[in-house]
Amino acid sequence: MTYQSQSVAKPYFIAAIGLFVGQILFGVILGLQYVMGDFLFPEIPFNVARMVHTNLLIVWLLFGFMGAAYYLIPEESETELFSPMLALLMFWIFLVAGALTILGYLLVPYATLAELTMNDLLPTMGREFLEQPTITKVGIVIVALSFLFNIGMTMLKGRKTAVSLVLFIGLVGLAVFFLFSFYNPENLVRDKYYWWFVVHLWVEGVWELIMGAILAFVLIKTTGVDREVIEKWLYVIIAMSLITGLIGTGHHFYWIGTPEYWQWWGSIFSAMEPIPFFMMTIFAFNMVNRRRRNHPNQAAVLWALGTAVMAFLGAGVWGFLHTLSPVNYYTHGTQITAAHGHMAFYGAYVMIVLTMISYAMPMLNGRKEANSNKSQVTEMWAFWLMTISMVFITLFLTGAGVLQTWMQRYTDTPMSFMEVQDKVEIFYWLREGAGIFFLIGLLVYVASFFVGKDEAEATARE
Amino acid sequence: MSETFTKSMARNIFYGGSVFFFLLLLALTFDTESALPELDNRQNLTEQVAAGKRVWEHNNCVGCHTLLGEGAYFAPELGNVYQRFGNSTDAIKGFIMSRPKDGIPGRRSMPQFNLSDEELEAVAQFLKYASEINTQNWPPNIQG
Repeated sequence: MTYQSQSVAKPYFIAAIGLFVGQILFGVILGLQYVMGDFLFPEIPFNVARMVHTNLLIVWLLFGFMGAAYYLIPEESETELFSPMLALLMFWIFLVAGALTILGYLLVPYATLAELTMNDLLPTMGREFLEQPTITKVGIVIVALSFLFNIGMTMLKGRKTAVSLVLFIGLVGLAVFFLFSFYNPENLVRDKYYWWFVVHLWVEGVWELIMGAILAFVLIKTTGVDREVIEKWLYVIIAMSLITGLIGTGHHFYWIGTPEYWQWWGSIFSAMEPIPFFMMTIFAFNMVNRRRRNHPNQAAVLWALGTAVMAFLGAGVWGFLHTLSPVNYYTHGTQITAAHGHMAFYGAYVMIVLTMISYAMPMLNGRKEANSNKSQVTEMWAFWLMTISMVFITLFLTGAGVLQTWMQRYTDTPMSFMEVQDKVEIFYWLREGAGIFFLIGLLVYVASFFVGKDEAEATARE
Repeated sequence: MSETFTKSMARNIFYGGSVFFFLLLLALTFDTESALPELDNRQNLTEQVAAGKRVWEHNNCVGCHTLLGEGAYFAPELGNVYQRFGNSTDAIKGFIMSRPKDGIPGRRSMPQFNLSDEELEAVAQFLKYASEINTQNWPPNIQG
């Protein structure tokens, strides 16, 4: 660790991992509710568990992004963080606000939570992924602004690099587009239209800048390849992300009451959205092949290559699978969407945060460059367990989705939703099994922070 | 990438491309807004429908159901439930009211939300309004 203030990243990473465990526990509960419909009913109905699952994901990824920025920005700017105190204060505010929100979901009926938090004053609740009480949303904005101020001031007083600039633009975009969550018109079509300005422009827009910047940083550090080369790649990749992704928003506007022309705009541009992800894969492997050094932290290199591949598969290939409007007409809102969502989020955003944690955590724990060999081997086991489990979760959900699309949407004698759900049950059982393996992988991952802690640091292979 | 293609060229493509396509998105949004009155069934967006949307939101219906294909995939699509229930808001209300408090053993069941008569009527009217939005003929059939 070059700068003392980078250490504020550590609590962010620890919180991220803790919430990740919570997210997966609720994932396993949800998977079980798919096959045992009355599991935990009526104490924790499906909608509550799902809210906890998705909101925990968003919150821990935000913790991860902020931790990554607090580690990365001082090092890139070659100066101490503007205010480590502010960063720590915001950490606790965000953690407490997040915990209270999750407890609110679990302890009182959602309608009561809406009432308690006076949702009627500025109604923003009850929309997918934006279920947080309005007061929590205000808190998120305050935390985000303080965070941007902190890293912005740090960048201003230090060296400006393409990596830090791209990360900053991505994070500013994240904050700006979140503001659309406060806009909830009574008109359902307009509500849905602008809801995508948060959701799509995050995950298929500015988050790709964040991912690209973190990936570029870790590749610079672990491969020793010339910064000029890596930053050129970074710019090309994120240019393609936004050139395809901005109009690609249109693939959500096929069937929600918007004009028909979106079927053309959305299909054509979103069909190109895999390109930046494919470039990211080529980029990561190219840089590792052209490395000028063997970095002792091989686990971090594995995560970096893994995220590039899995993001391409999950976001790119599984996204393309159902993005063309004639296909989407039949697959819209089926388990195909769920399959894509799981692998895309894991491949792109979970894995990029874990890449950064893998790279930074040894230094944050006082190591010179890397964990012990034993610790890294454990971490790599976790990598493969989680990644292979996610591949199977995705394949099983895809199986369920294909059958659902056929039986409920495509045949001449369509069956009702619940009849079809019964018929594809076997896939939900298999998915639950894969989910349990994912949980085991995650526990191995947590263990990797404790295993081999007292052993000597790994050295680079010559 | 070759030496003739420099980092600053790549950077300019990023800035230029992003700004151009963001402006294009804004232009298309502007055009969409002007086309919406023909499509979004706003003539039937009454105060009761707006109240029904709030009931929908305050009970997190989208946490299990899809509405025009968006939401969770645990329970049936509701964008066309009005037609599926025989063009009847009474049938919708009857279904919501009849959900057993403790669920159905071994099966998925909608919770009993204990809605007032006013809330029931509002949410049913909201679903009727939603079902009359022009969705380019989606879903493909009555099963949603």
